[in-house]
Amino acid sequence: MKELTVTGPTVDEAVQDALTQLNVTRDKVDIRVIDEGKKGLLGLFGSKPAVVFVKLNYDSVDEARDYLQKVLTEMEIHPEIKVERNGKEVIFKITGEDTSAIIGRRGYTLNALQYLVQLVGNKNTKQFHTFILDVENYREKRKETLTTLANRLADKAVATRRKVELEPMPAYERKVIHTVLSERRDIRTESMGDEPHRYLTIFPK
Amino acid sequence: MKMEQFIRTVVTPLVDFPDNIRVIEENKGHEIVYTLSVNPEDMGKIIGKQGRVAKAIRTVVQSAAMRDNKRVFLEIR
Repeated sequence: MKELTVTGPTVDEAVQDALTQLNVTRDKVDIRVIDEGKKGLLGLFGSKPAVVFVKLNYDSVDEARDYLQKVLTEMEIHPEIKVERNGKEVIFKITGEDTSAIIGRRGYTLNALQYLVQLVGNKNTKQFHTFILDVENYREKRKETLTTLANRLADKAVATRRKVELEPMPAYERKVIHTVLSERRDIRTESMGDEPHRYLTIFPK
Repeated sequence: MKMEQFIRTVVTPLVDFPDNIRVIEENKGHEIVYTLSVNPEDMGKIIGKQGRVAKAIRTVVQSAAMRDNKRVFLEIR
């Protein structure tokens, strides 16, 4: 966290000086006035400089959010991005018109964006965050669909006593299925093949 | 949408030397080929382990182009 104590002829000028030094705009800092200073007589006698303490309140999560906003704006999508923090996990909830274009086939675009946001958000910081992008609750809905699908196919594997191969899926979705099915004792799961065609297989036990 | 600008927007925060980013546009019949080059020290950052970053950049750039009904190809060198 960057912070500075700056003196100047007036509070405003001191703040401005600090902003120039930090190279940020006013909305990204917290300002505490330590001394308002005094103009003194004719600006000559008894004048006292103003002292301000300026602290940067702009962090890597803001940086990641700004990046996402900028990329989407240039794609001519003007979404609203809500930030939810849950320990090391940061969720950007994206809503608005035309946002389905961000998802792409099987969520590949969303996952690619998520990966880039993750890189930007963790570039200049020692605190590691996991960034999750969600569009119109896509992740949650997808999780439900995948859970139903996984259980249905697991039942099939058990009933037919044969392995069941799923369609290729992104890593994030395979993980959902592995996790869901890890609770079942009558089957086991494995990922096979190479990206981007990596797929999950369910084996009956 | 200006594709070249979009590629810069996507790539700039990932690198240490943004001034060295070059994007060249080339029209090849049905598709437009963009060639992206960066400072040699930044090369690893935009390619990533097993090309993961490069792949993500391509996916995002191609979906953006699709909104303009364009087919683009992004080469990195």
